[in-house]
Amino acid sequence: MSQNPRDFLHTPDDLGNFGPYGGRFVSETLMAALDELETIYDQLSRDPEFQAAFDKDLAHYVGRPSPLYHAERWSQKLGGAQIFLKREDLNHTGAHKVNNTIGQALLAKYTGKQRVIAETGAGQHGVASATVAARLGLECEVFMGAEDVKRQSLNVYRMKLLGAKVTPVTSGTRTLKDAMNEALRDWVANVDETFYIIGTVAGPHPYPKLVRDFQCVIGREARQQCLDQNGRLPDALVACVGGGSNAIGLFHPFLADESVTMYGVEAGGLGLASGQHAAPLCAGRPGVLHGNRTYLMEDDSGQIIHTHSVSAGLDYPGVGPEHAWLKDCGRVNYVAVDDDEALAAFRNLTRVEGIMPALESSHALAYAAKLAPTMDRDQVIVINLSGRGDKDIHTVAEIDGITI
Amino acid sequence: MSRIQARLESLQQQGRKALIPFITAGDPQLDATVPLLHVLAEAGADIIELGIPFSDPMADGPVIQLADERALANGATTCHVLSMVQEFRHQDQQTPIVLMGYLNPIEAYGYDKFARDAAEAGVDGLILVDLPPEAAGPCLERFDAAGLDTIFLIAPTTSDKRIPRIAAAGRGYLYYVSLKGVTGAGNLDVDGVRRKLETIRKITDLPVAVGFGIKDAETARLIGEHADGVVVGSALVKLIAEFQDDRDAMLARVGEMTRSLRQGLDR
Repeated sequence: MSQNPRDFLHTPDDLGNFGPYGGRFVSETLMAALDELETIYDQLSRDPEFQAAFDKDLAHYVGRPSPLYHAERWSQKLGGAQIFLKREDLNHTGAHKVNNTIGQALLAKYTGKQRVIAETGAGQHGVASATVAARLGLECEVFMGAEDVKRQSLNVYRMKLLGAKVTPVTSGTRTLKDAMNEALRDWVANVDETFYIIGTVAGPHPYPKLVRDFQCVIGREARQQCLDQNGRLPDALVACVGGGSNAIGLFHPFLADESVTMYGVEAGGLGLASGQHAAPLCAGRPGVLHGNRTYLMEDDSGQIIHTHSVSAGLDYPGVGPEHAWLKDCGRVNYVAVDDDEALAAFRNLTRVEGIMPALESSHALAYAAKLAPTMDRDQVIVINLSGRGDKDIHTVAEIDGITI
Repeated sequence: MSRIQARLESLQQQGRKALIPFITAGDPQLDATVPLLHVLAEAGADIIELGIPFSDPMADGPVIQLADERALANGATTCHVLSMVQEFRHQDQQTPIVLMGYLNPIEAYGYDKFARDAAEAGVDGLILVDLPPEAAGPCLERFDAAGLDTIFLIAPTTSDKRIPRIAAAGRGYLYYVSLKGVTGAGNLDVDGVRRKLETIRKITDLPVAVGFGIKDAETARLIGEHADGVVVGSALVKLIAEFQDDRDAMLARVGEMTRSLRQGLDR
């Protein structure tokens, strides 16, 4: 390892390692494409023209900067710290995912590849990929677990309207991890003409790094907005963690700010004790899956086990390798909230602030609702409201026993 | 000299090509694997690749995905796989066995313990699909020390510049993946294979086996004209699935297909 012990500010190293995590564990067929992507990204990430094109799209297509909203009424009800919501739900397509797909689409355009593929869980990344593909006139195929196709039918139809082919994946557990397996298989078969837009800060190097870089706009904006509005940095950051791209995007620009405490909130499902959850950082152990070494939900024989979360976007047995390292370093606290707590937060924010959050983001809200009352009224919590909740209406209605 | 090297050298001296069948351990039943291994060896297999089932076989097509699912449903673990090899060795000390799979089950087992237990069980080599040579250092040392050959893959997309690095890490033989795609895909390009093998042979003296997309005696013969060995997996695993409820028929058909592949190669 070329890194100093516990150095989390200068990651990854040249081989894509975040401490003992990350790396590039893929079949030989993909090594050339990953080398190519790494070279192109190294070059473009230093190119002011590329950065300008990215910033321009974020401003005029995505609608950035997204607001940092002081949720005064909710803060008052909770009776503690002041809560600020980073409104990624107001981005074009309704979630933070588009920050990354805009960036990767620019990379795809540069490679000249005419076809993009993506995996998706809740469908937000699939929609964001289909959107940028439509805009650039690229062919797009999205792989989605058959189980998720069922519970996220609205997003499936959105992708189809955008011109993407949605391929349901029926192997394994029929969720996000299997969608990612299938996307990797497709990529191996069509690597010459296909660009794989990975939706989170996981996968083989250089994906965890480049997805993080594209998502860091969240934290950079939030940091400045918090200084502008409060004259100081926040005391705490809270974000949900599935693969962890919205969380790393918020956290990373604050990592050197020692006064800022960070909480990554995993999906506790039916409770950690039940085993029915998707919380590898809280209850898993390190292993290798989908091209990187990280914390995983696995059994004693190293087989990946079934995960559960009410939120499809968090229903994943792994997590980005940088989170694994930040956990070991002790820089970020990883916690879990269960389905019921997330659903309660979904309802609370909707009723109290008139903002309907995604079920993924509701996990962050639920944890913040527990944290805020333990803090003083002049302290500040920034929560990443990573997506809007329209896509989850069917799930919530079903829990309420209502058919729409 | 390892059992794999000895076998490949002796074939080379006879001017023959290695037939390397692949089956998934624990498929279709845990107790089917050892009889299948014996049938393969008796019907002309020179080396046998035995798959360690994994929940997320990213480089495999539907046929082997389903085999892994069946094996895991039967409760197959890495421990089982090693005992199957051990049992096979009671009667067969000649046929080299190469375990093929993904890194995570080995990592979970523990590299030191795995190297020791695998060597003790009579395993000869290992192919870990998602372990490129860049990341293999620590494993390679342990496997070398235990006398296990670590076999690496070369793909159509592998640059000429990269081949020496893979060849330097490789032991036993190199496995050339004949096509861009997953196991069992159908787009075999014999001429492309021939050209790539010419390049590989300029760089290394290691024998080269070719796999992915070889499904019958004819494709085996075509590839055998250029390669030192051919690997046949999905075609056999498909047959095993088809006759999973009839052990005798399954063993008979697998033997038949293996003999036919042998004849194709020896023609």
